[in-house]
Amino acid sequence: MAEDKYNGTELLICLAARVMEDRSSAFIGTGVPMLAAALAKRLYAPNLVPVFEFGGVGSSLKYLPRGVGESKTFYQAQVASGICDIMETAARGFITYGFLGGAQIDMYGNLNSTVIGPQPSPKVRMPGSGGANDVGSFCWHTIAIMQHDARRFVPKIDFVTTPGYLTGPGAREAAGLFPGSGPYRVVTNLAVLGYEEESKRMMLLSTNPGVTADQVVEATGFELVVPDVVGANDPPTDEELQVLREEIDPEHLYI
Amino acid sequence: MEILERGVGELIQAPDIGSLRAWNREHKSMVLESKLVSEREAVERLVADGDYVSFELYGTCRAPLSVAREIVRQGRRNLRLAGQGLQDVDFLVAAGCVEAMDITYVGYEVHGLSRVLRRAAEKQGLKLVEWSNAALAWRFKAAAMGVPFLPIKSMLGTDTFRYSAGMVADCPFTGEKLMLLPALVLDVGVVHVHQADVYGNCFLEGISGFAIEMARASKKLIISAEEIVDNAEFRHWPERNVIPWYHVDAVVHAPFGSHPGEMPNLYGRDEPGILEWLKAIETEEGTEAYLDKYMRDVPDHAAYLELIGGEAKQRELRDIAVGR
Repeated sequence: MAEDKYNGTELLICLAARVMEDRSSAFIGTGVPMLAAALAKRLYAPNLVPVFEFGGVGSSLKYLPRGVGESKTFYQAQVASGICDIMETAARGFITYGFLGGAQIDMYGNLNSTVIGPQPSPKVRMPGSGGANDVGSFCWHTIAIMQHDARRFVPKIDFVTTPGYLTGPGAREAAGLFPGSGPYRVVTNLAVLGYEEESKRMMLLSTNPGVTADQVVEATGFELVVPDVVGANDPPTDEELQVLREEIDPEHLYI
Repeated sequence: MEILERGVGELIQAPDIGSLRAWNREHKSMVLESKLVSEREAVERLVADGDYVSFELYGTCRAPLSVAREIVRQGRRNLRLAGQGLQDVDFLVAAGCVEAMDITYVGYEVHGLSRVLRRAAEKQGLKLVEWSNAALAWRFKAAAMGVPFLPIKSMLGTDTFRYSAGMVADCPFTGEKLMLLPALVLDVGVVHVHQADVYGNCFLEGISGFAIEMARASKKLIISAEEIVDNAEFRHWPERNVIPWYHVDAVVHAPFGSHPGEMPNLYGRDEPGILEWLKAIETEEGTEAYLDKYMRDVPDHAAYLELIGGEAKQRELRDIAVGR
């Protein structure tokens, strides 16, 4: 299928869906993660358990929610509890993946969704942490979904809303966060990235159709680890696009 | 327990458990007596200028918006808020009722940032103290437990912590670092439920959000309910009572009280209604016009329901409810 057959959001959703693992659990935020989880449940990970911070666990995701506290987040779910129960469940180590977004990300996967400029007198006030800081603190692996450009992938983010690897190896543990947890993947309109085991620095894993490694480096405002072998992501399949457009988001709320 | 770090955010409500206990002893009662009042009476009697107020659940779902609109109508000033929400918080900030906020998230998710919050923070110097969602809910839980703080394993190492009013300390048992959350004792809590009796007992359907913790952290508690049911219902299903009557100071009958948000199993979200607000808040003039039209120029919630389209609109919203 040619590139002009799908848009950037659809590509992001398909890439994120392919990262999801069957028989695991994932904290789902509004937007791309909801669609990716719905797609993954239909095609790749039927036993994925979506977790919503205000209490919904195990929804069929038959209907696409517009927010994390909506009734669609617990439609045909196994559990409709509350935020303390869900966050305590995450704190006890039950939740494998957490999806995150933000306006800025740095080389250690720290994320900003609070302010551009200083917190007391911001240039742009964004919504704030919401559940993001908790997801970044408690989930075993976090996956960030971002638009990829040098304004968003910056050497220093204006505000660390959500912890990545903070200042590098050992920093999460030194700050008191649970050992063995942290950033895992970054899915962008240009590439899928991970983190180098030793240095905890962001590393290019595979590029999207029509994108070169150099273009990814160019669009990244910090020094990216580029391994000798960089993979290539497959474009969305006909099946992915059909399910996405006809079953998951027929009203084109997001895509 | 050694304090290693302190957030720079201001503690805008003291974690005063003693005052909560004293308040409950003096003002709360186990006697079953009717607390059924109108929104007007509940707000006149229970919401004072300068109070620290919080709403549950989450702005566009099971949110007590008829009470939020009444607070705007009565023009309360210098309120402090727990900023975990969307339209409830947005209405009050837009109407100039708020001087400071413990914020975790104010925005419109699929529809993006709140222009109200942006103007207030970027141009009008609204004081904002940062927290995570779990932190804010656990601050209610601490108050509900009757302890002045709770240690948690979130917010550590981040600016969300540095701009909070929390602290980091060594655990006296294990030596690991803990974030200390101050209890959040509310002057006023407002919760919208599916059913209540006149005494204040509450049933709700779907996710409980943070209703259970927040209700118990409130000195003055206003319950608004879609339906007022007989007390016999609670005697039949006591295990389903999420907020016992002795916490409650006022019960308001508010059908479609969460409009333009949704109510699980009862009515769906009025998307055009939400978009009308989002369009209005693009400008300050538009915001004022909306506040006038839907709040200040409307005498009460019954008149609001007529204004938005009466029975026909209600039928339409019932038809799009996400049911079981």
